[in-house]
Amino acid sequence: MTAAAATALGPEGVWRRLRRKPLALFGIVLVVLIVGAALLAPWLAPYDPFVQHFDGLTLFGEPLPPGGAYVLGTDLLGRDLLSRLLYGARTSLIIGVVANGIALVIGTIIGLTAGFFQGWIGAVLMRFTDLMMAFPALLLAICLAAIFQPSLWIVAFVIAMVNWVQTARVIYTETSALAARDYIAAERTLGASTWRILFKHILPHLVPMIIVWGTLGISTTVLLEATLSYLGVGVQPPTPSWGNIIFENQTYFQSAPWLVFFPGAAIVVLALAFNLVGDGLRDVLDPTLRGSD
Amino acid sequence: MAAYLIRRLIQSALILLGVSFITFFLLYVLPADPVRQIAGRSATPQTVANIRAQLGLDQPFIVQYGRYLAGLFHGDMGRSYLQKTDVATLIMARLPASLLLMVAGIGAELVIGLTMGVVAALWRGKALDNGLMMTSFVTVSAPQFVVALLLLYVFAVQLGWFPIGGYGTPAHLVLPALTLGILGSGWYARMMRSSMVEVLRADFVRTARAKGLTRARVIMRHALPNAILPIIAMIGIDIGIFMGGIVVVEGVFGWPGIGQLAWQAIQRVDIPIIMGVTLVSAFAIVLGNLLADLVAPLIDPRIRIR
Repeated sequence: MTAAAATALGPEGVWRRLRRKPLALFGIVLVVLIVGAALLAPWLAPYDPFVQHFDGLTLFGEPLPPGGAYVLGTDLLGRDLLSRLLYGARTSLIIGVVANGIALVIGTIIGLTAGFFQGWIGAVLMRFTDLMMAFPALLLAICLAAIFQPSLWIVAFVIAMVNWVQTARVIYTETSALAARDYIAAERTLGASTWRILFKHILPHLVPMIIVWGTLGISTTVLLEATLSYLGVGVQPPTPSWGNIIFENQTYFQSAPWLVFFPGAAIVVLALAFNLVGDGLRDVLDPTLRGSD
Repeated sequence: MAAYLIRRLIQSALILLGVSFITFFLLYVLPADPVRQIAGRSATPQTVANIRAQLGLDQPFIVQYGRYLAGLFHGDMGRSYLQKTDVATLIMARLPASLLLMVAGIGAELVIGLTMGVVAALWRGKALDNGLMMTSFVTVSAPQFVVALLLLYVFAVQLGWFPIGGYGTPAHLVLPALTLGILGSGWYARMMRSSMVEVLRADFVRTARAKGLTRARVIMRHALPNAILPIIAMIGIDIGIFMGGIVVVEGVFGWPGIGQLAWQAIQRVDIPIIMGVTLVSAFAIVLGNLLADLVAPLIDPRIRIR
């Protein structure tokens, strides 16, 4: 089956097939729950995530364990962990959507341009992509993040700079194959402009692929943000992010492990959710994988 | 073959040249000033200017980069700003620890991942298969530091089976290697499963069964070796992924490899070390990809070298 047929599936067709995949459905439920929690954080959170409660620490100044007035316990400054986790979901999702969005746009433009025009433009762009593939991504991200004073938007930008490469390669391969098709030659003969061919005949066929990589990319992005924040070069406290909650509380790791494991579990669940949905979408949308299992 | 190899080697060299240029440029335009780090806060403007001139940092970008490249061709990676030692010496001192961790990590990855993949393929469609595939999804969705801290908490803090961190004995190696092994296993499990499923459907497996071999023998002698082959080439690509992620694991476990060297250098804006480690990592990635591409056609003659 071709990409064109996958597009012809339409949103309803995609949903019909996705519905039959239990893992993908499970992923969708998780995504809905997390997005809901992030949107409703001000109403769901029992406390203000920034307030350091006087009764939020023991007499020895240690964080409170889960249970009691603070359901998931408190952090090293006596702030409510559950409230910080709920607001932290916003940070992760904002970065996930923004950074991944930028990466998708860059990757699509580069892949599309290189794949459609080929020639020296294509060669230059794809050699540049190869070069970026050889960069140790995490090292580069840490370097960039440590260099700029990190803020939410800088972190998103840094992640985008590292993450567009995969998309570019995938889009390039698909565009090259599409551009060589007879119907594109036919369009040209009929006098269609380059722009018309690109936007009316190539880009629509790339949409399924962009959706798949966009979904999977959110996982990668969330993991990278968490890692940068855990190293202290990502989103900066007091803005809560799941990675920096672990970074801040690491000194209490042995006596108060929940401060590491609740946010850790949240990161895994979010990344897992988008991986499950993305993989389900790929099975439905990617023609080459159909019927492979 | 020879022509292909030469072309790929030239390409690889050009990629490394590009990586060196971009990294050097990024570090050149960065707002953090290494001279301030060296001179300390109370230094006079005169001292700062002297240090800048001494390190050649007052020269234009292209001159600085040219000098660096010229040094590189003589095997000179420059001197650390703060440690007053050659970068090459520092990296060579740390490299064995990182390589040891990498080999142990890839070993753990293969053992865990391939086992999961084979078992899932043999029980295809059953609850066990679904459970294993779900597990593989979880392992690719977990950040390194979370897995590292979890293992550390359970096996070092609570059970006390392994040391909390450090380097030296085989016991020190277990948790860092296991962390990397668990994280990479999901990837291998999924590849191994689909490879095995494909092989189990192949005609030669049916023939083997038809001539009356036991199920165990068919799997061990005929299916498994063929299913593993395409995966071997992937190890090359994996080396690259490893080099990228080594910073975090080495940090959590206090493993004295090049990842930690890089992390300390980044915090102190010790540019020559950052450059050195980035280039060594990029070299490993390029080499890994090259090996993967060279090994693939040896294993499967249907893959032609272009």
